[in-house]
Amino acid sequence: MSGMSSLAFFIFAGAALAFSVMTVLRKNPVSSAFSLVMVFFCFAGIYALLGAHLVAALQILVYAGAIMVLFVFVIMLLSSDTPSLDFKRTPPWFKAAAALVVAGLFVVMTHVFRGQAPASAPGPFTPEAIAAAGGNTRVLSELMFSEYILPFELTSVLLLAGIVGAVAIAKRHTKKETPHVASSR
Amino acid sequence: MSLPVVEPWLVLSFCSLIFLVGLFGLMVRKNILIILMSIELMLNAVNLTFVTFSRQLSDMGGQMSVFFIITVAAAESAVGLGLVISLYRTLRSVDTDEIQMLRD
Repeated sequence: MSGMSSLAFFIFAGAALAFSVMTVLRKNPVSSAFSLVMVFFCFAGIYALLGAHLVAALQILVYAGAIMVLFVFVIMLLSSDTPSLDFKRTPPWFKAAAALVVAGLFVVMTHVFRGQAPASAPGPFTPEAIAAAGGNTRVLSELMFSEYILPFELTSVLLLAGIVGAVAIAKRHTKKETPHVASSR
Repeated sequence: MSLPVVEPWLVLSFCSLIFLVGLFGLMVRKNILIILMSIELMLNAVNLTFVTFSRQLSDMGGQMSVFFIITVAAAESAVGLGLVISLYRTLRSVDTDEIQMLRD
C-alpha cells in the first residue's frame, strides 16, 4: 500500500480502537452513541486514505449522519440516558470466556491475513487507472449505473420495505375500540 | 519517524480487531441499544475489509459491496430501533433479560 500515509493511518486506527472500546464499555448509552460517531469519523478517514472517497463521504452522511441521529433520537425518546449497569449482571466466567474467544479469533484472523497469498490476477482498477478515468467517485458511479444497475434498483425496494416495516413495527397498535372500526360495525 | 509501512494485512488485522470488539459487546452487554451499536461496529469493520481488498486487488467490486452494505445497515437500524421502541412500550425496559414472556 504505497502512498498511504502511515502516521495518519495509525492515528485514525488508534482513535477508532479506543472509541470502539468506549462504545462497548460505557455505562451511559448517550456516551456510547457519541463514541460510535467518533469511530465512524475515524473509519471515514481510513477510507479516504485508502482512496475510497465516495465511500468516505457516504460513511459520514449515512452512518455519522442518519443512523446516529436515529440512535440518539431513540435514546432520548425512551429517556434511557441513565447509566445502566447491565454488564455487571453478566457472570464473570461468561465475560472471561467471551474475552478468550475474542482473543483466540484475533490470533487466528491475524495469522490468516498475514499469511495470505498475493492476488494472482489483479483487476483493472489500479490507482493510476482510476485517476486517469476521472477519479474514484466517477468510476464508482459509472459502475453503479451500468454493471450494478439491478442491485442498485433492488436497494430502493429494500429501503421501501425497511421504511414500511419500521413504521408498522413502531406504530402504536390501536385496539378495536377505535372510532373508525366502531362506526363500521 | 520509524513507523512501519502500512501493509494490507495490518489494515485487515485492525478490521478484525474492531469486529471482535463489536462481537465482545454483543456477547457481554444486556442493553439492547448497545447491542445494536455493537452490530453497527461489526458492519463497519467488514466494510473496511471490503475497501482494503478492493484496493489490494484493484477491483471496484469491493467498494460497490460497501455501498450496498451501508444501505442494508441503514434499513436494519431503522427496523431494529422500531423494534426497540415497540419492546420498550411493552416492557418499559431496554434490557434483554426482561424479554421472557414466552417463559412465563
